[in-house]
Order: sequence, then C-alpha cells, then structure tokens
Amino acid sequence: MIGFRTLLYKETLRFWKVSFQTVAAPVLTALLYLMIFSHVLESHVQVHGVAYTAFLIPGLVMMSALQNAFANSSSSLIQSKVTGSVVFVLLPPISYIEFFLAYVAAAVLRGLMVGVGVFLVTSWFALPMFVAPVWILVFVVLGAGLMGALGLVAGIWADKFDQLAAFQNFLIMPLTMLSGVFYSIHSLPAFWQHVSRFNPVFYMIDGFRFGFFGVSDVAPETSLLVVGTSFVVVSAATLALLRSGYKLRS
Amino acid sequence: MSVAVAINKIEKRFGTLRALDGISLQIVEGEFFGLLGPNGAGKTTLISCLAGLVRPDAGRIAVHGHDVVGDYRAARRLLGVVPQELVFDPFFSVRETLRIQSGYFGIRRNDDWIDEILANLDLTAKADVNMRRLSGGMKRRVLVAQALVHKPPVIVLDEPTAGVDVELRQGLWQFVRRLNGKGHTVILTTHYLEEAETLCGRIAMLKQGRVVALDTTSNLLARFSGQTLHLRLANAGRLPAALRDIGTENEEGVWTFHLATIGEMEPLLTGLRLAGCMIDDMRLTQTDLEDVFLGVMKGGDDQKIKALQ
Repeated sequence: MIGFRTLLYKETLRFWKVSFQTVAAPVLTALLYLMIFSHVLESHVQVHGVAYTAFLIPGLVMMSALQNAFANSSSSLIQSKVTGSVVFVLLPPISYIEFFLAYVAAAVLRGLMVGVGVFLVTSWFALPMFVAPVWILVFVVLGAGLMGALGLVAGIWADKFDQLAAFQNFLIMPLTMLSGVFYSIHSLPAFWQHVSRFNPVFYMIDGFRFGFFGVSDVAPETSLLVVGTSFVVVSAATLALLRSGYKLRS
Repeated sequence: MSVAVAINKIEKRFGTLRALDGISLQIVEGEFFGLLGPNGAGKTTLISCLAGLVRPDAGRIAVHGHDVVGDYRAARRLLGVVPQELVFDPFFSVRETLRIQSGYFGIRRNDDWIDEILANLDLTAKADVNMRRLSGGMKRRVLVAQALVHKPPVIVLDEPTAGVDVELRQGLWQFVRRLNGKGHTVILTTHYLEEAETLCGRIAMLKQGRVVALDTTSNLLARFSGQTLHLRLANAGRLPAALRDIGTENEEGVWTFHLATIGEMEPLLTGLRLAGCMIDDMRLTQTDLEDVFLGVMKGGDDQKIKALQ
C-alpha cells in the first residue's frame, strides 16, 4: 500500500507544482466560456425551466473535470515515457493494479480540484441549486475516473506528444464538447439526439446536472448504468494493457 | 556462498534480432561482477530482463531465489538498478526524488539513510535543488542514490560512468567498492575496460547475445599472459601472410601480437626481416583486459581464444 500511496502522492504533487497550468488555466477557460455564452444566450434561452447561465454552470464544471482528469494521467505518462523517467515506477515492486489506482485517483483529484475551481468562479454569475448532492459526487467521481483510465490508455498507446494530442483533440474534445454541456439534447434535431445517446459523456453531464436541478434529459439511473458500465469496461481494458506490459515492459 | 543472481537460458528476440541467445550465468553473493561486450551485444537487454523492464521469450532469472517474473515483488526489493540513460523527473528536488523512490519500495521514513547516501555521493549541498538544475554528473549521482534508497543486496550499474568526469568516477567507485565490501553484490557493465579490470572479480563477455567468455578477471588476463607487441610498418608495408593470421590491425595501421614469452619476439622479428618489412614504430606492453577483450571478440569462443594463445 505504501507504493500506491507514494505514487498517488507523487502524481498529485506533480500537477500541484504546476497548478497554474493544470488548475488555474482550465478554470479561466471555463470562465470565458460562461461569460461569452451567458452574455449571448441568457435572455433568450431557458432549459428545463432553468435560466441558461445556471444551466450552463454544472455542464462547464463537469466538462472541465473530465478533460483535466484525462489530461492528468495521459500527460504524466507520456512525459515520463518520453523522458525515460517511467523506469523509476517500473523498477520498484509496484503492481499494475496499484499503478492503475494511483494514476486514476490522481486524475480524479485533479478533475475535482478543477471542477470545484470552475464552480467557485462561475457561481458568481448564477448559483445553481443542489437538489441531489450524492448524484453530483457519484457522477463526477465516476466520470473523472473513467477519463483518468482513458488517459492511461492514451498515455500507454502514444509514443509521441502529437499522437496524444490527436487522441485529445479528435476524441476527447468532441466527446466532451458535444455532450450537452451547452444545450439540452432535446433542442437537437432527432438524428443528432439519437447520435448523442451513443456518447457516454452525455450521460455523465446529464446525470451530474440532475444532481443540481433534479431534472435531466434521461433518468439519472439510466445515466448511472451507462457511466458505471463504461467505467468498468474502460478500467478492465486499461488493467489488461498494464498487466500485459504493452509499450511499458517490452 | 549462495547465488545472488541465477540467469538460466534467457532468450529474447526483437523482431528478427536475436538480442539474447540462451544466456546462462550465476553470480554469487558478494561478487563484483563485470558484464562486457561491444554495443549491441545484449548487456542492457540482459540487465533489463533482470530488472523486469523487458520480458524474456524463454528462460528464467532469479534474484536470491525469487523469480523476477513470478515473484517480482520480492525480486525487485532485492535489486537496485542504475539505468544507463541519464533520466530524471523534472518536477522534484533531489530529496523529494529520493523520498518518493523510497516510498515506491515501501519505505516511509528513510531520511537517515537518504542523508547518508547524499553525503557519500557528495550531494548534501544539492539536496533541495530541483533535478533540472543539476549538471549531468550530479544527475548521474542521483540515479545511483535512487538505486540505493532501499539498501538492495544486489546493485546493478549499467554504464554508470559514461560521460562522467574522472573525479566523480573515482568517488563513485570508492563508494560502490565500500558497498561491495559490506557484502552487496555488484553487477557492472562498462565500456571502460581498465575500470572492469580494476574492480571486477569475475567477468562475462557477451557477443551477439551469447556469453563468449566467463572467468575470473585474473584467469582471463592469464589466458593472454605475457606481453603484447604493437608495431607499425614503415612505407605502408604489408605483413607476410603467416604474421597477418596471428595479429590484429587497428584503423591506424598498428598491428598487435600477443606473446606468451618474450622469446617469441625474435622469430616474429626474423619473419619481418625476411619479408623485407621496415618497422616504423614499436611498443611492448603487459597484456591488459583490452587485449583480452579484443582477442575474445575476434575469436568468438573459448576454443578460438586458446588457439590464439
């Protein structure tokens, strides 16, 4: 357990030492989104009977948490692979399960910190309700955990920074941006509503938002099932990769 | 003495390249063991298999009886590996790096030992400096320190003095010798053959993934006992065929001959005179490990080494 705790501590200390870039910057980005979109849409749009700015805040919180959870595990791993310092983790008696848990837990921690940061700065503009706080916590932890595991997969697979950037820009960004952060999927044409239902991030955002307002596009139980199943599947795949030593132990 | 590291018929291929071709070695507890060979001979691959960084295709390796794959936790606790590449984590100071490394090995409060290692490696003044700010030599010392945080009974040093200045090299060897004196087994790969000759009690020479020589350093030197004659011919002269077969020529045109006794020099010189060769430069030296290394690498196996003698 000391190995796991140390690796978690090291992963947390790593992002905390550059927190201006890893926490403050995404908080600022989310704030800019909020200022622009709420300025344009506040007086025109209401979703589920909620004012647009209040509706947008949980979406931005969750999107930032998810993107940063992914960024944490993926960038840490690719950096240590490229510089070679990954040997410091591969030489000690740390099991692949401890490795997985430490990287994912650190990713969740960064996701939560960014999420809280985004919430604190955006709640100046509108204060959402907290109808069901347990749902909020469950969805953000599961969602960030899933993204942390996906970040590990990307970090293991990528040999160069541009491969990781491709993963981030062409998979993670569209999945998170087109997940109902900025809109309810009921406002989309039927075809795109149908497509959105294949995006697991949609269920993360929708379930998370349910915790604030008590209303959502789909039932939170359904979202929990989708997000929970996705988490289990991605985690199992990541653990299998780590166990095989793919691209880490040749 | 019990066996510290048992390497049994290890094979590893990378695509079509046979990096390790059935290597077997036993390294005894407390030994200072040298692993020599030209680039690509398989030294680092073998060490990586021992450290669990590379998974062998066949064969097994055990550290103090613990299999490095099946019982990797116990095996890795007994091993301290200094990697060849000058790697570091740029986020942390020297002390943070060593504390974190201790934690990876399950040790929580390790500051007394960390302070001792820092003092021995002359790093105390740099303890709170970020790794990025250290010189190459200092980073190398930290790598050594990282390998020692858990007091491993077996220390593996993969080219630890590559690109390191003489002063650090001397200091490092004093420290490693002291650890060896206290009973730590040391496995060393190096390109500096005089280093291996001075430090290692026993040496294995690898070539193309196979062990081509394995003996005590003194026995290896004794195989090539006697003198070594280095000579260069004037006017780009050519040696007679009989002499070409028993000598080796380097890129600068200097021929090397191993003489079991000084009496073997006269027939050689007679051969040169009869062939009309003029000597431009000539030097006689005691055989060292470099001569043995070159001889073994040229011969390829023990039979050929004996034939050369």
